[in-house]
Amino acid sequence: MRILLVEDDPVLSDGIKVGLGMIGWTIDHVSRCGDAQAAIAATEFDAVVLDLMLPDGSGLDVLADIRLRRNATPVLLLTALDDTKDRVRGLDAGADDYLGKPFDLAELAARLRSIVRRRHGRTEPVMKAAGIILDPAKQTAERNGKLLALSRREFAVLAALMERPGVIRSRTELEDRLYGWQEEIESNAVEVHIHNLRNKLGRDIFETVRGVGYRIRVET
Amino acid sequence: MSGSLRRRLFLVLLMTTSTIWICAVVWIWFGSRGELEQVLDTRLQEAARMVHSLVASGNITEPTSALSTDEHGYSRQLSCQIWSLDGRLLARSSGAPDASLAEDGAGFANRTINDETWRVYTIIDSAKGVRVAVGDRVGLRDRLVRDLILGVVAPAALIIPLLGIMIWISLGRGLFPLRKMANDIKARDGEDMRPLDVRDAPSEIQPVVASLNNLFQKLEAARRHEREVTAFAAHELRTPLAGLKTQAQVALAADEDAVRRSALRQILHSVERTNRLIRQLLSLAKLEALPDQAAETDINVGAALRDVIDHGPSRDGVTVTIDPALDRLVVRCEYEALHLVLRNLHENAIEHSQAPGCISWSMDVTQGSIVVEDEGPGIPEDELTLVTQRFYRGRNKVGPGSGLGLTIASTAAARLGADVTLANRDGTSGLRCSIGITGVRQAQ
Repeated sequence: MRILLVEDDPVLSDGIKVGLGMIGWTIDHVSRCGDAQAAIAATEFDAVVLDLMLPDGSGLDVLADIRLRRNATPVLLLTALDDTKDRVRGLDAGADDYLGKPFDLAELAARLRSIVRRRHGRTEPVMKAAGIILDPAKQTAERNGKLLALSRREFAVLAALMERPGVIRSRTELEDRLYGWQEEIESNAVEVHIHNLRNKLGRDIFETVRGVGYRIRVET
Repeated sequence: MSGSLRRRLFLVLLMTTSTIWICAVVWIWFGSRGELEQVLDTRLQEAARMVHSLVASGNITEPTSALSTDEHGYSRQLSCQIWSLDGRLLARSSGAPDASLAEDGAGFANRTINDETWRVYTIIDSAKGVRVAVGDRVGLRDRLVRDLILGVVAPAALIIPLLGIMIWISLGRGLFPLRKMANDIKARDGEDMRPLDVRDAPSEIQPVVASLNNLFQKLEAARRHEREVTAFAAHELRTPLAGLKTQAQVALAADEDAVRRSALRQILHSVERTNRLIRQLLSLAKLEALPDQAAETDINVGAALRDVIDHGPSRDGVTVTIDPALDRLVVRCEYEALHLVLRNLHENAIEHSQAPGCISWSMDVTQGSIVVEDEGPGIPEDELTLVTQRFYRGRNKVGPGSGLGLTIASTAAARLGADVTLANRDGTSGLRCSIGITGVRQAQ
């Protein structure tokens, strides 16, 4: 999953970045409202973690701006305030969830998974397609009861394709999901991961749509 | 002043109305009485003359007994006696007393016969040898006046309660806007600080409404400020905690040694920063709790500044210069407060400086102020007045600021009778903080 983190505290944002990075997620971090708006306009994120009190304004303004652009990216608000009124205000402004500081990294990850799942209209916490069961919480994928040995990137590519089975994902889209801004992307990185996944799961698992992208093959 | 306005107004109005009525009654009493006496006296006089003229024409009959026995009402008001000059009763009207009405000379007189006072007019005609006396009972006259007064008082007795009811109802209606306003305010919850509609109010209570609205506004501003401070404080205190917790979890979960070490370093860094925040909070609390009068000592500003710089934070590549004029400046004030001003301004300058850079402390003799200038990014103009507010952290914030430094500096300066003025430097990037010390006693 690719997450945008909008938080101005360097220690906290580093912790979130490293912590969520350990479960295979790609985190992009900005610390100002303006940068957040620019990032959201330029890149498609699975979810946004937004601090309410930012040096150049309120996270609520960023949230309002996102929703005004009819951008449906799930947003989780981070706040230091306990006041119910503030939570209500945040949720009514278009936030999908809310977490008070200080929080548990595991809970943050779980809440993010939950809002992303709801965004894709899935009720089950696990994804199923082409005989594969993928559990984003446990970071595992299995087929016929056998656990598949996948690297972090391979897991991310598989998850992106299984999110909406049958929908074609372009190479750029997959790259965006895999790599943050600071990371070097090798020109054929996605092809390499697809190739490795095909070796592990079978050639027929993905369909290559020439000039468009890839999709997971759904049994008819 | 207490009690119901309606009741007060009601009593005042009712008393005024009643007094007017009572005055009218008294006035009628005296006025009518005089008038009546005059009219009745004239009647006596006329009647006496009439009887006398009849006597003059020789038409005298023997005294007849009373024609009527009706003693009630106002019938038979006049009684008439004709006496000879030698004292024989020649004639008398029915109802006239047997005793002589006339005894004295001619003209008006009051006589008491059988405990009854009579008003008598007597004509003495010595030529014919008769004395004509016509009289009426004073008691009857009094009854007449009483009845007249009763005619005025009786409706008043009826009208005053009626008037009272009308005044009560009218007052209720007149005071309705006041009651409505009171109910409107009463119905509000504690959060509702919307102004009252001035147009709804009658002109007399518009000043009250305006003052209330003014008060609402101030209250709302105070509450907003308090909410903001609480929000800032919560953010400033909980964010480092969240950072600590997250980094601790990362350290626990990390497989790689490098990741764990990095997380631990971040924890140390965060503890450092939280420690500073707490120190600043305590400084502020201490500053606010200082007694009004504290011991003042002669302080050499240059020496105090060196103490601050030696014990405070520093940054590699950033030099600090002190104007020798400051070493000659000795002020008489509270050491604690001056130390807080200097320390917080110095820390602020260090925090916003980048290597290579220079922080200069100098004396502005023309303005009478101690000046510190840094080469940092300065403060956006629109934030210059805001940064001294508690927990306010500007857009150009860098590093682990607590958001309290400039608040402490300006609060401590105010305690010294000095003031801290912030401005961006002319021509070059950086902040210029001036401590105006014209209000501080300077020792020579």
